[in-house]
Amino acid sequence: MRAGGDQVSSGKFDYLGLALLVLGLALPWLLYPVLATNIVVWALFAVGFNLLLGYTGLLSFGHAMFFGGASYITGIVMLHTHLPMPAALLTGVAFSIGLAYLVGVLSIRTQGIYFAMITLAIAQVIYFAVTVFIGWTGGENGLQAVPRGTFFGLPLENDRVMYYAWLVIAVIAVAFVKRVIHSPFGQVLKAIRENEQRARSLGYNVDHYKLMAFILSAAVSGLAGGMLVVHQHFTVMDNVDWQTSGEVVMMTLLGGMGTVYGPIIGAAFYLLLSDRLAVLVNAPGVVIGLIFILTVLLFRRGIVGEIMGRLDARRARGGQEA
Amino acid sequence: MAEPGVVLSAKGLCKDFRGFRAVNDVCIDVLEGTIHALIGPNGAGKTTVFNLLSGFLAPSSGDIIYRGRRITSMAPPAIARLGIVRSFQISSIFPHLSVLDNVKVALQSKSELPKRFWVSERTTSRFDARALELLEDVGLTSYAYGLAVHLSYGRKRALELAISMALEPSVLLLDEPMAGMGAEDVESMTELVRGFAKGRTVVLVEHNLSVVSALSDRITVLQRGSVLTEGTYEEVRSNPQVIDAYLGGQHD
Repeated sequence: MRAGGDQVSSGKFDYLGLALLVLGLALPWLLYPVLATNIVVWALFAVGFNLLLGYTGLLSFGHAMFFGGASYITGIVMLHTHLPMPAALLTGVAFSIGLAYLVGVLSIRTQGIYFAMITLAIAQVIYFAVTVFIGWTGGENGLQAVPRGTFFGLPLENDRVMYYAWLVIAVIAVAFVKRVIHSPFGQVLKAIRENEQRARSLGYNVDHYKLMAFILSAAVSGLAGGMLVVHQHFTVMDNVDWQTSGEVVMMTLLGGMGTVYGPIIGAAFYLLLSDRLAVLVNAPGVVIGLIFILTVLLFRRGIVGEIMGRLDARRARGGQEA
Repeated sequence: MAEPGVVLSAKGLCKDFRGFRAVNDVCIDVLEGTIHALIGPNGAGKTTVFNLLSGFLAPSSGDIIYRGRRITSMAPPAIARLGIVRSFQISSIFPHLSVLDNVKVALQSKSELPKRFWVSERTTSRFDARALELLEDVGLTSYAYGLAVHLSYGRKRALELAISMALEPSVLLLDEPMAGMGAEDVESMTELVRGFAKGRTVVLVEHNLSVVSALSDRITVLQRGSVLTEGTYEEVRSNPQVIDAYLGGQHD
């Protein structure tokens, strides 16, 4: 699979972003609000992940350590301290940044499958840490009864209020990722994704850029993890498990890596499908797997990547005729 | 302690790959402002020497001196920042960036901008004029806003040259710039290299001997990892060992 071509089309009005925002505002009236909030949280996780996969060309197979790890840290802060909820979220983000720095220093020089394997291995260490420190993490039972707190004075016990608070944070975070992608720094990331050796020969310290991208990606993933535990009231070991790392890869590929909004569509599609299939069939994983295989075979650039690629191709043809 | 006129020199350069000696005791002095060609049959070690000079490989022994400074085993980005810029045998561009951005990525590399992930990419527009100038030099102005992946092969090589030139290199290492090109493209590429070489030092690996004779001031002939001989095109061509080892097959 390769990245979709949105590089040339920057600077245009962002219709897709506006459409997603409108849809986002309507979502808790179309679905039950808890599912809608889950979509927002996982979409943000996928957007953060895609900064690394889609724009730097690094496949991390351990991003659950940031998402799940931050969910535990944020939950523990909410349970055991009197810090306001946004501060708890930031603690989770700080944890992800610190962890990403350590993991990055160990792994960033490795390439391709080796990078995926090292990140997976370290993520499993975090998973076992969760099983060992039962006093803090609750072990098999997970972290339970985490309060939602308030959001700048706003009580969050109403699920729709909760949703809109998270939508605001997610929109800001996605705007931040979009800015990173369309920054001079983001240009270098794309250059590294396209041709690492050439970027090196131009004088770029490639490892430094990859490490920065890894940290930024982990920070956004950690924010999403903190948002997960606050809105759900709990977090469980599944969220630091390798399957979670795999799910975010699937969401990103389904929606279209290397497109800003693809992972959002991918996450929504994946969660809606899982939600419906859980009622309809016994083994929803099998059906999701089949759909994933079909999508990868038919829409190699993912849903958004494919649509944008075809629009660009049509525009290019139109341009030649004119 | 730089020898006069010598910009880049390899001293007793050796490279082993698991017991196989790919480069053996190679000494080359590249003089300021010249075009210096490395030729030799396949497997002679030309590309390995290139990789050693640009830091992509570390030598097993020997030294590389650039303007009196030892740069042996320095990392490629550091060597590039010193002004030694290389191209690659296969066209080495950024396929899914626009042609203009390909050049701009190179132009930005010496500024502080690329570290900034919080500012808009519009801040890079101050490089647009210079990037367009370079694209004009290589005849790619009308393709500036398309993706580089859609360029023809010859134009990709031209773009690659523009990327290298964006760095204002003092020494340009070109690895087979004409490889795989059609006759017309070879001609225009030869002119491009000649134009860019003014006031610069170029080291060239090339199989096309008419290009080598048209461009080079000095030629080093490599064979099985060692220097066979060095001199001008005329000197090299009349050397019986060279005719035997390399030219012979083609001049039958």
